[in-house]
Amino acid sequence: MKKVCFWGTRGSLPVSLTARDVREKIIAALTAANGKSFKTPAALNEFVATLPFSTAGTFGGNSSCVEIINGAEHFICDMGSGARPLGQAKIATYGVPNPQTYHIFISHLHWDHLMGFPYFAPMYIPGNRIVIHGCHARLEEAIRLQMRSPCFPVDYSQAGARIEFDLMTPDKAHYIAGINVTPKLQLHAGDSYGYRFESIERTVVYSTDCEHQLDDLVEREACVKFFAGADLVIFDAMYSLAEAVSVKADWGHSSNVVGVELCQAAGARRLALFHHEPAHDDIQLNRLLAETRRLEQITRGDQPALEILSAYDGLTVTL
Amino acid sequence: MHLPTREQSGVLIVSVSGRIDHIASEEFTKALEPLLANCIPGQPPVLLDFSGVDYISSAGLRVLMIASRRAKGQRGVFAIATLQPLVQEIFAISRFNLIMPCYVSLDAACKVLGA
Repeated sequence: MKKVCFWGTRGSLPVSLTARDVREKIIAALTAANGKSFKTPAALNEFVATLPFSTAGTFGGNSSCVEIINGAEHFICDMGSGARPLGQAKIATYGVPNPQTYHIFISHLHWDHLMGFPYFAPMYIPGNRIVIHGCHARLEEAIRLQMRSPCFPVDYSQAGARIEFDLMTPDKAHYIAGINVTPKLQLHAGDSYGYRFESIERTVVYSTDCEHQLDDLVEREACVKFFAGADLVIFDAMYSLAEAVSVKADWGHSSNVVGVELCQAAGARRLALFHHEPAHDDIQLNRLLAETRRLEQITRGDQPALEILSAYDGLTVTL
Repeated sequence: MHLPTREQSGVLIVSVSGRIDHIASEEFTKALEPLLANCIPGQPPVLLDFSGVDYISSAGLRVLMIASRRAKGQRGVFAIATLQPLVQEIFAISRFNLIMPCYVSLDAACKVLGA
């Protein structure tokens, strides 16, 4: 495994910037420029690079879709709306026809994690092979359900690619195209599954839509083991801890605080905050990242530093 | 876990100290139990003196939330005071400062709660 690309990072529902959001970014940028003039595009680019990410960029709004770049075969976690730009990028890179194999790992069957599949262009290309891996017995039924009338105009039977389903066994390592993939049951309505991907030199954990019961020490230990020594843990940090244990208890999500604690206990190298709350704007998400980095710093003790990232649509992480 | 208590201005002050992590939180829950049982109308408000606490984890914060919720359900008064700066930061980052009454000093808390 070489890199991880985030194509969709938003939780529950895709969102987009509004005209007001864009206007506020322009005002923030012009305020920061404070009347400066830029003689060359390079000078302008240099200035833009100094602006906060919440001004010069955006976390994006596509729902969960993460690509793990490994070798010849493609590894993808979840088919949220981020699967649409991912599919377009694959067609642009490989062209048609140029048969590819896609391994898709589905955390659970909720809509925000499946909705991108009908828009994933490689599924319409004859010669492609798509293997959909998961642990839910109704995985195939759920995928087919959203691609039939009256939900969608194109029926599942119109897929040009060969689509296969692989029902995985939790807690068992499955050797797939050079990577050991181990699913783990997580607490979420209707169950969700995290995936631990292990190659010879790198480990990535994808753990979204998971609520952590803070008084369950057995489950905590199981989770620490699941995250152990990971180079990157992609973690559901949708709510604040206060929300997750009070008004949003039993909603099936977690917090940045629990992410830091589990990654520290597991000796993980990097934590990517993921499945962002749709109601949070770029300024709020930027602040959340800064606070999470501070929390890691003040609770680190003698341990090596845990690098904290906040995933955004378009982010590529080199492992 | 031992939680020494004393009364000041009609408020029951409970001294908490050390690290309240995922292991200690169970003991913390047990130690709070008899204090919460008496956290009812007609009894002194319960104020946790956190000046001796140098770390609290998510599990420890959850114990506080449950204690606060229980006290409220019994119409008792439950609050925290004198957080160390680092613990105060943990409260802010976790947003517990928004759901738990926290006072900067025991005197300030007693002025409000003991009235």
